[in-house]
Amino acid sequence: MNSFKKNLLKKRYNAERRFQWYGKIAIGLALSFLAVFMFQIFSKGYSAFQKTWIVTEVHYDKELLLIDAESPSKDDLENADYYDVAYKAMTSLDPGLPEEEDRQLIQMVSYKYETEVKDLLLKNPDFLGKIVPIKLTASDDVDQVHKGNYPRDIPEKNRRVNDYQLQIYDMLNERGDILSEFNISFFTSPDSREAELAGIASSFMGTVFSILVCLAFSFPVAVLAAIYLEEFAPKNKFTDFIEVNINNLAAVPSIVFGLLGLGVLLAVFNLPRSTPLVGGITLSLMTLPTIIIAARASLKAVPPSIREAALAMGASNMQTTMHHTVPLSMPGTLSGTIIGLAQALGETAPLILIGMVAFVNTIPGTPVDPAASLPVQIYIWSESAERGFVEKVSACIMVLLAFLILMNLAAQIVRHKFEKKWS
Amino acid sequence: MSKIKAENVNVYYGSKQALFDVSIDIAEKEVTALIGPSGCGKSTFLRCLNRMNDVIEICRVEGSIKMDNLELNSRKLDVVRLRENVGMVFQKPNPFPKTIYENVAYGPTIHGIAQSKEEMDQIVETSLKKAALWNEVKDRLDEIGTGLSGGQQQRLCIARAISVSPEVILMDEPCSALDPIATAQIEELIDDLKKEVTIVIVTHSMSQAARVSQKTGFFHLGKLIEFGPTDKIFKNPDNQQTQDYITGRFG
Repeated sequence: MNSFKKNLLKKRYNAERRFQWYGKIAIGLALSFLAVFMFQIFSKGYSAFQKTWIVTEVHYDKELLLIDAESPSKDDLENADYYDVAYKAMTSLDPGLPEEEDRQLIQMVSYKYETEVKDLLLKNPDFLGKIVPIKLTASDDVDQVHKGNYPRDIPEKNRRVNDYQLQIYDMLNERGDILSEFNISFFTSPDSREAELAGIASSFMGTVFSILVCLAFSFPVAVLAAIYLEEFAPKNKFTDFIEVNINNLAAVPSIVFGLLGLGVLLAVFNLPRSTPLVGGITLSLMTLPTIIIAARASLKAVPPSIREAALAMGASNMQTTMHHTVPLSMPGTLSGTIIGLAQALGETAPLILIGMVAFVNTIPGTPVDPAASLPVQIYIWSESAERGFVEKVSACIMVLLAFLILMNLAAQIVRHKFEKKWS
Repeated sequence: MSKIKAENVNVYYGSKQALFDVSIDIAEKEVTALIGPSGCGKSTFLRCLNRMNDVIEICRVEGSIKMDNLELNSRKLDVVRLRENVGMVFQKPNPFPKTIYENVAYGPTIHGIAQSKEEMDQIVETSLKKAALWNEVKDRLDEIGTGLSGGQQQRLCIARAISVSPEVILMDEPCSALDPIATAQIEELIDDLKKEVTIVIVTHSMSQAARVSQKTGFFHLGKLIEFGPTDKIFKNPDNQQTQDYITGRFG
């Protein structure tokens, strides 16, 4: 081999090695972006799954509760006055505190502490007249201090937690009366203006209902359209035109669909504002082209030999399609549908336009109740000033990501498990 | 006796003419082989006989094809009924990705041939027996048809075709994807089947045509060059082109 040839060969090998390195660097970059993103979210969000409680003692004093009856009924307990009892439970933490300063103590728990005092008695009627320990939801400021997210060394006037409150907190913490438990209420509570009470139940249910409505509207329409276009429609200029338009539809920015939902569904058809019904229909406009394209691709992938076999047996076009082509294309269609729905799941802009950004502090029971959705909830919380919402945003993102990963996994499983192999 | 009589058949794919004035008489309960080089139009002609060309949108068929005096090339013809009477076996085995039983039972089901489950079982068994596949699959009728070997798949396709008792079976190079042993089995099968049905077979193998057929037609460039008894075509053809093709000088 002469030296020229040798050089050329060396160059070729070097070029290939370089090319492989470019690819490795590209993958490394992509992975590190992902890692940074995930680290950000997890490090900020994991603490939202912990909830801080303040333990104190409550005396269910019949006199203060204004209960006269000897053996009070459930109604009596329900209608009793808990203000004083709850107030005393908190102020008893520092009996020496002058009355005009009492707000400092009350502010350390959530504004719902009175309800919590009431709920404990309703659950345990025999506590009446006794002094019992009680867990009260700490205010988001105390919560953040406990989680170490709140700097204690800045000047007092810039702090939402003053020196006195920090002193009480330290005392309680030393006594073991500050509890940190898994935050169930984050999953069971609706949204709230108070970070310590806010949960994702309403937005989660809103998302579930929206997706179901979206599926119910887009799947049948898209599959029928795909079957007709692929199996029955004549191939001419008109059907070409339709195909081009479906592809264009898939590229329309989602906010445009939001405007359509606003202008048509709300203004013309007068459907209830801020509801998953409207949100789902709007989203279904977006998923429709995605499903049509996926369904057509998987119909196309059914080998023509199967169609020929059925036709040659004397099956009509309809029988060939329904007995053979459509069942064989279903795995692809279904996984396309799930991917379309997963896209819709993360959509925010169209839902904001149709009013699903409204503050909803009830859990929707049907698709026509007002609701938010997970991505919109992220948007709402990220606009809130309180420090307590920062971790909530990340936690909500984690829930949304988990939802998305589950759906994509389902798409993979459907595709691989039900796909038929033909020789 | 003539089963199918084609007269002056012209086929066009768009503006391209694929068949030129083909006239042929296919005799009942005989095997008719169509031979010729690739692209000569023999498959196109075969697909005229069960109107499979309808699937191809740009395809246009002119002329007259009569089966028992029924005009096949007519808009009014019910193709579903026609295909019940004219079965087809394709080049590549194409069983449905369903069980062996379902593959054979499909035709009788959609045409309402069997009244009961017992009758259907009987049809499936007879068809598989006629296709010489019964002994190999009788214990695994609920297995997927596409899991069989190539030769078995093709015999399954033949069983599927004969399940509706057609009068004619069209075979489009049925052995081209098979090994010699499977080919021999299919050829034996064709020999058996011709007692009951008329068979038209397109083949690239001249020895196969010589072995299985009684009549042979030689196609070239869309024209039927010569048609006659297989013996005569192979031993003493009238046409020089046929002679050249048979002896392997072109094609």
